[in-house]
Amino acid sequence: MSDFNRSRLIDWALRLYILLAFAFIFAPIAASFVFSFNVDRFPSLPLGGFSTIWYEAVANDPLVWEGLRNTLIAGVIVSVLATAIGFGAAYTDFRYKFFGKTFYVALALLPPTIPVVILGLAMLAFLSNVNLSGAIYSVIIAHVVMCAPFAMAIVRLRLSQMDPSLEAAAWNLGASEWMAMRHVVVPFCRPAIFAALFITMAVSFDEFAVAWFVSGLNETLPVKVLGFLQGQVSPRINVIGTFVFLASMTLVILAQILLMKRGGASTKTAEPVGDGL
Amino acid sequence: MPIIQSRKGISSRKSITVYGLTFSLPMLVWQLLFFLAPLLFLIALSFWSVRNFRMEPDFNPDNWVRMLGRSVFWEAYFRTLALAASAAVITSALAFPCAYGIAFKLSEAARRWAIFLMVIPFFTSYLVRVYSWQIFLSDNGIINALFAKIGLGPFGMLNSVFGTMVGYVTLSLPLVVLLQLFSLMFVDKTLIEAAHNLRCGRLRTVFEVIVPAAKVGLVIAALFCFILTFGDFVSPLYLGGGDPPTLSILITDTTKSGQQWPRAAVIALMMIATLLAVAFAAVSYAYRERGR
Repeated sequence: MSDFNRSRLIDWALRLYILLAFAFIFAPIAASFVFSFNVDRFPSLPLGGFSTIWYEAVANDPLVWEGLRNTLIAGVIVSVLATAIGFGAAYTDFRYKFFGKTFYVALALLPPTIPVVILGLAMLAFLSNVNLSGAIYSVIIAHVVMCAPFAMAIVRLRLSQMDPSLEAAAWNLGASEWMAMRHVVVPFCRPAIFAALFITMAVSFDEFAVAWFVSGLNETLPVKVLGFLQGQVSPRINVIGTFVFLASMTLVILAQILLMKRGGASTKTAEPVGDGL
Repeated sequence: MPIIQSRKGISSRKSITVYGLTFSLPMLVWQLLFFLAPLLFLIALSFWSVRNFRMEPDFNPDNWVRMLGRSVFWEAYFRTLALAASAAVITSALAFPCAYGIAFKLSEAARRWAIFLMVIPFFTSYLVRVYSWQIFLSDNGIINALFAKIGLGPFGMLNSVFGTMVGYVTLSLPLVVLLQLFSLMFVDKTLIEAAHNLRCGRLRTVFEVIVPAAKVGLVIAALFCFILTFGDFVSPLYLGGGDPPTLSILITDTTKSGQQWPRAAVIALMMIATLLAVAFAAVSYAYRERGR
């Protein structure tokens, strides 16, 4: 941009404003980390002594372990199913033109725009009507609906970088569609597939509303947190929050690293084509 | 007209194959069965009747008549509408200087970091952040402890509209900043330079060149904020006190406290209708007279 009309003062004011916005966004996250080590039950300033009693309280709570187990089971299965479904939808959108494609793509991407209370109520009513509610698989069914669009978006973005003639070239060289899929398309999408696995898992880990509606007695960890929130003040929420934050961040950073490699990987992933055929 | 045609002539296989269905069908089946069917089921459910604490399939408009005849419902309805609309306006206003600064005042590397940091909140627990705001806002919380040091307060910030708004902004600010940012980044730089060359002032450039050029993104960002906050029950409940309730609180209460699911379905359908109307209005406004 030209230097005309620039004012250092306003530039710095805007930078300061950006910092303030980040402070607002990260203040609650940082506070929950700090107060998870605070000895006082009722959190305030000045801080009480450093302590890990709340970590011990959480570690000794069988309900938390049960919730964590449910969350992990659901998260792993959801990520695999949602990524597989999302990959298929993204590939369909990439390769085919057909009547009703707008409807197809809309159906694939719409679920995140429906408020979770409505989704939760609809799923609860529907699933209990067909005797599928109140179990871990109810949570899995619901979370796949909510996570598949993210997987589809991630894979679709990667596919848009693939030259369609790559696949056609493989067919011309005698590969069947299945072989071309296995040796060309999947290797090309591999970083996006792993990113989708991690992102969908992270989304499932944090989802509490729909899980609260459909899980019945098989509560996941976020649903337990909702329960804690309804009860009295408990620093346990901070402990669980810190733990879940670290777990989610690990997944997101892994996904980020995989997606960052995208640019360099595009030439590399094309190589196995020759070996495979 | 061929029903299926591939993009490249070389790959034209104009038939439905097992191969193609393997990839396209799972999503279609899953989302029809577990996304569309439940939503459509809500419509049927809203006509069911409840007798002796049991739901029975029925075609009874009673739930609609009762819910829509209650002043409690309409108070909650307009309250929720006003809260979500205010949240959309407030969050958009708060986010714009931030998105503008990131788009135009940061280096390439700093911008990438800013975007990465904006994505992080999506993967932190919203519940934990709301609980954390309780620590900040409560009568003997962090902010009032700081005010007490300079002899002010305590201020009642929790269980108020202010508390609800803090939660709403927490929920939607990162998304709104990102959506605004992406539309601002694609504003044609030559437009801005032209404005500067014509001696257009800073503020005037922002409001008469940049904002109209990024209008679609800005409106969509506000729309997403509206959608998110309209359906959120956590902030109005745990930061706003939950009384009087919003529509989403009414749904959770009605669903969780017994068998009045048909009435909750009425509320949910009213919410969907409202969201569709608002989304349609916002999108047609966003794309109106773009070529001007």
